[in-house]
Order: sequence, then C-alpha cells, then structure tokens
Amino acid sequence: MIRLKDVEMEYDNGTQAIRGITLTIEDGEFLFLVGPSGAGKSTIIKLLTGEVEPSCGRIMINGFSVSNITDKQLPIMRRTVGVIFQDFRLIEKKTVYDNLAFVMRAVGAGEKELRKRIPYVLKLVGLEEKATHYPTELSGGEQQRVAIARALVNNPTTIIADEPTGNLDPERSLELMRLLVKINSLGTTVVVVTHEKDLVDRFEKRVVTIDGGRIINDSVGGYVGGHIHGKA
Amino acid sequence: MGKHNFRYFFREGISNMFSHGFMSFAAIGITVACLLIMGTFTLVAVNANQQLKDMEKDNEMLAYVDESYTTEQARMLQKEIEAQPNVASVTFITREEAMKEFQEKYADETLFQDLDPQILRDRYAVKTVNIQLTGETKEALEKVKGIASVTAYEEISDGLITVRNIATVVCMTLIVILLVVSVFIISNTIKLTTFDRREEIAIMRMVGATNSFIRWPFVYEGFMLGFTGAVIAFLLQWALYEAVTRGVESSDTLQLISVVNFGQLWVPVAATFLIAGVVIGVGGSLSAIRRFLQV
Repeated sequence: MIRLKDVEMEYDNGTQAIRGITLTIEDGEFLFLVGPSGAGKSTIIKLLTGEVEPSCGRIMINGFSVSNITDKQLPIMRRTVGVIFQDFRLIEKKTVYDNLAFVMRAVGAGEKELRKRIPYVLKLVGLEEKATHYPTELSGGEQQRVAIARALVNNPTTIIADEPTGNLDPERSLELMRLLVKINSLGTTVVVVTHEKDLVDRFEKRVVTIDGGRIINDSVGGYVGGHIHGKA
Repeated sequence: MGKHNFRYFFREGISNMFSHGFMSFAAIGITVACLLIMGTFTLVAVNANQQLKDMEKDNEMLAYVDESYTTEQARMLQKEIEAQPNVASVTFITREEAMKEFQEKYADETLFQDLDPQILRDRYAVKTVNIQLTGETKEALEKVKGIASVTAYEEISDGLITVRNIATVVCMTLIVILLVVSVFIISNTIKLTTFDRREEIAIMRMVGATNSFIRWPFVYEGFMLGFTGAVIAFLLQWALYEAVTRGVESSDTLQLISVVNFGQLWVPVAATFLIAGVVIGVGGSLSAIRRFLQV
C-alpha cells in the first residue's frame, strides 16, 4: 500500500512542487496519475522512489516510511517498486537477457534464479524470442516491453510507469497499456503517469489529477481536454 | 558476498579495466613509476644504513697515550677509557706492537725496518657503539688524563650519515607526493569508468542495489590496477637492483661499497609494493565512486 499524508515538497531553489497532497493507493490497484506539465507528477515519482525526501508530511510505501528512511532501508524499499521510464533507459551494450540479469544480480539473485525468472518474465511481455538481441535491434515498443520486464523481474509489489507510452505510436501504446493491465491483474499495484487522454479514456480505472502541486480530482473514469470526466 | 557475486564483481572489474585500456595503461604506468622511484630511494637508504652498520662494526679510533707514560702506566688507563660513553671495546697496543704492525705494512720499505719503537706511542684501539656519536666520543677520550691525542675517521662516517639522511628525507617526501599523484590518477581512471556507466549505476540504485554492491566492481578495478602496477614495479626494481649491484661489483672505484643482496630484501620490497599498490588502487577507486553513491 502507498500512502501520502499532507505531503509538501519544496526544492532547494524555492520551487514549491507539491502542496499538501494526501493520497492512498491500495494493494493491487491500477491508477492513472495525470496532469499538465509542471503539475508535480515527476516530483511524486521521485518521492515514491525515495530520490527526494518530502519537506513535510508522511509517505508510506509497502510498509516503509520514506519520510525518515535510513540509508540501509532505502535499497530494500526500492526492491518493492519497479520503475518504467519514458526513454526506456536500457543498457545498449547488454543483451535483453543481460539487461534483466544485471538488475537481478544487483539485488543478490543467484544464476539459477536468473535462469528461471528471466524467461518467465520475457514470456509475460511477449519477448521470449528476443533474449539474445541488443536493445538497438528492437523496435520502440519492444524496448519498452523490455523496460517493463526489467521493472517486473525482481517481483516488486508496485510498478510505477513514468510516461511509458511517450515514445510509442498509438497502437503500440494501447498494446503496452493492456500489458500493464494484465500485470495488474496478476496482483501488482500499477501507477501510470501520463498525459495521454485517449489512453486514459479507454480504461475504466482510477484517475488522480494534479495541478499546481495539488490533487484537483480523484475519480474512476476518463480524462478529457485537461478536465476530469468523473464517475465516482 | 556470495561466490557468484564474487565472480560477477571480479568479471565486471576486469571488464571495466579493459573498457578504458589507455587510461588503465596510464594508471598502471604511473603506479609503476611511483613505486619504482619510492623503492629505489628506499633501497639507497637501506644500503647506506647497512654501510653505516658495517662501519660501526669495523670502525675504530686510536687514542694515543702521552709519551711520558711508561707502558705500565699506559695500561692503567684502560678502565677509564672503557668507562667513557659510546665505547664498545678497547684494545691496548704497545709501541712495539704498533711498530711491528707498521713494519709489516711497509715490508718493502727497507728504510722503515730499523726504526726504534720508542718513536711511536702506546695506544688504545677503541670501537664505538654508535658511529654517529664519533665526534662526542673523540672529545670525551681526549679529556682522559694521559691521552695525548685521538684520531677518528669522522669524514667517512659523516658522509655516509649524510647520504642516508638525504635518501631518507627524499624518500619520505617522494612517497607522500607520489602516493597522492598515484591515487589521483587512479581515481580519475575509475571516475571515467563510473561516468561511462552512470546510467547502469542509476538503474542499479533504482532497483534497490546496495551501495556496496555498486561499489565492489570499481574497487576490484582499482585493486587490479594497483596490483598489476605493483607486480610490474617489483620485477623492474629487481632487475634494476641486480644491474646496479653488478655495476658496483665490477667497478674499480666502487668496490669498497658492499651492496646488500636482493635475496635479503625481496620479501619486504614485494610486501611493501603490493600493499602500496593495493592501497593506491583501492583508495583511488573509493574516492572516485563516492560521488556517485550520494543520491
């Protein structure tokens, strides 16, 4: 479970990015986080991954209090959260298999575990035939699926996708979103940060809209022209 | 650390080393140069010290007894001379013994063979504990009543002490300067590797890798650079030392200098080179990676 309580975030340069956000995301939930540029979406992701600490308020992620997390606990907390980036951030000189293997090794997994888990995850994202390919040999959609596989491979309880369809065409975007819904159906909490209204409209999922660092709407339904089409 | 992790860290460290071949070559080269210069000066200091010890063993000063003293009176000064500070041993030499030794030394000179021993003085051959205190001991002996004069070869011992002291000071200064330079160069080599791999490091952090997991491959890289530098430096130092030893032994003018056999020195030299190389390598890599682990 993710819980933010009265969270504020002011950067060192004085920018007030988050203003008193309170939000609860239950285990196994699928949530779209939407809002215009500069609304504070990226700051929320940074707060949820422990990259920055809130100026005030409390953040609990999967049992860890991020607000006062120790250096020792931080890596353990991060293992419960898988992150997918808009620009994929794959290691080009490593094969698909090695891109996944290195994040498993990073958390201390053994070679036997790697050989068992990686083919399973690649099958889940439909890339079992591409294990020996390098990222540059794959299409944008395939690269993003490798990024999803990498986020999944350590079996996190939560996946945070930051504009995952930003570099994909509409067809590939829809395909990818369906994959995230499938992953969610297997029990993983999924938070998708996006500003693509067409995609949000296609899924009957919870939509949290933020603007100016505040939540301005939290409902189940679509996202039309920058305004919330609420159903809750 | 699991055994698969050890293999992984080692493989990554070696791979890092080869991915920046030129910088690795430069880092190893500077480590070799630093260790070689440090080692050479240290070995000069060791040899100067050994020469001093040999001189302490052999060096003796001669304390001449006043010629008005009879041999019996001269013999009675022995206890007083032995009681002086820094005196290791005292041997009494009569005029007759001194003349015999003199004539033996110049056996070819017929002119010296009929000399009367009375022209010489009874004397004491005095060996010292610490050659550096030769001057003070000479002064103390000259104050003994009945001792007319004392001769000591202060210039030679002073010269060797100066060589040893200069070698020690230069050695210490160079060690400090070269250690800093080596750490700086290795640190920059590793920084280049970490910069090249910053994306991997960021991803590793994001998926929950601990700082130590991220740090180990770079520590191995630094270790390998330092270790390789140390081994090469040791082999070169050995070759250089043997060449200098052969040069000294075959030289007519330098034959008086006895060079310490490398067989007696290789263990401490190898240990010092390895420790210094590893400290330089690991220290450099730790200082380079620190910045990347602060997020």
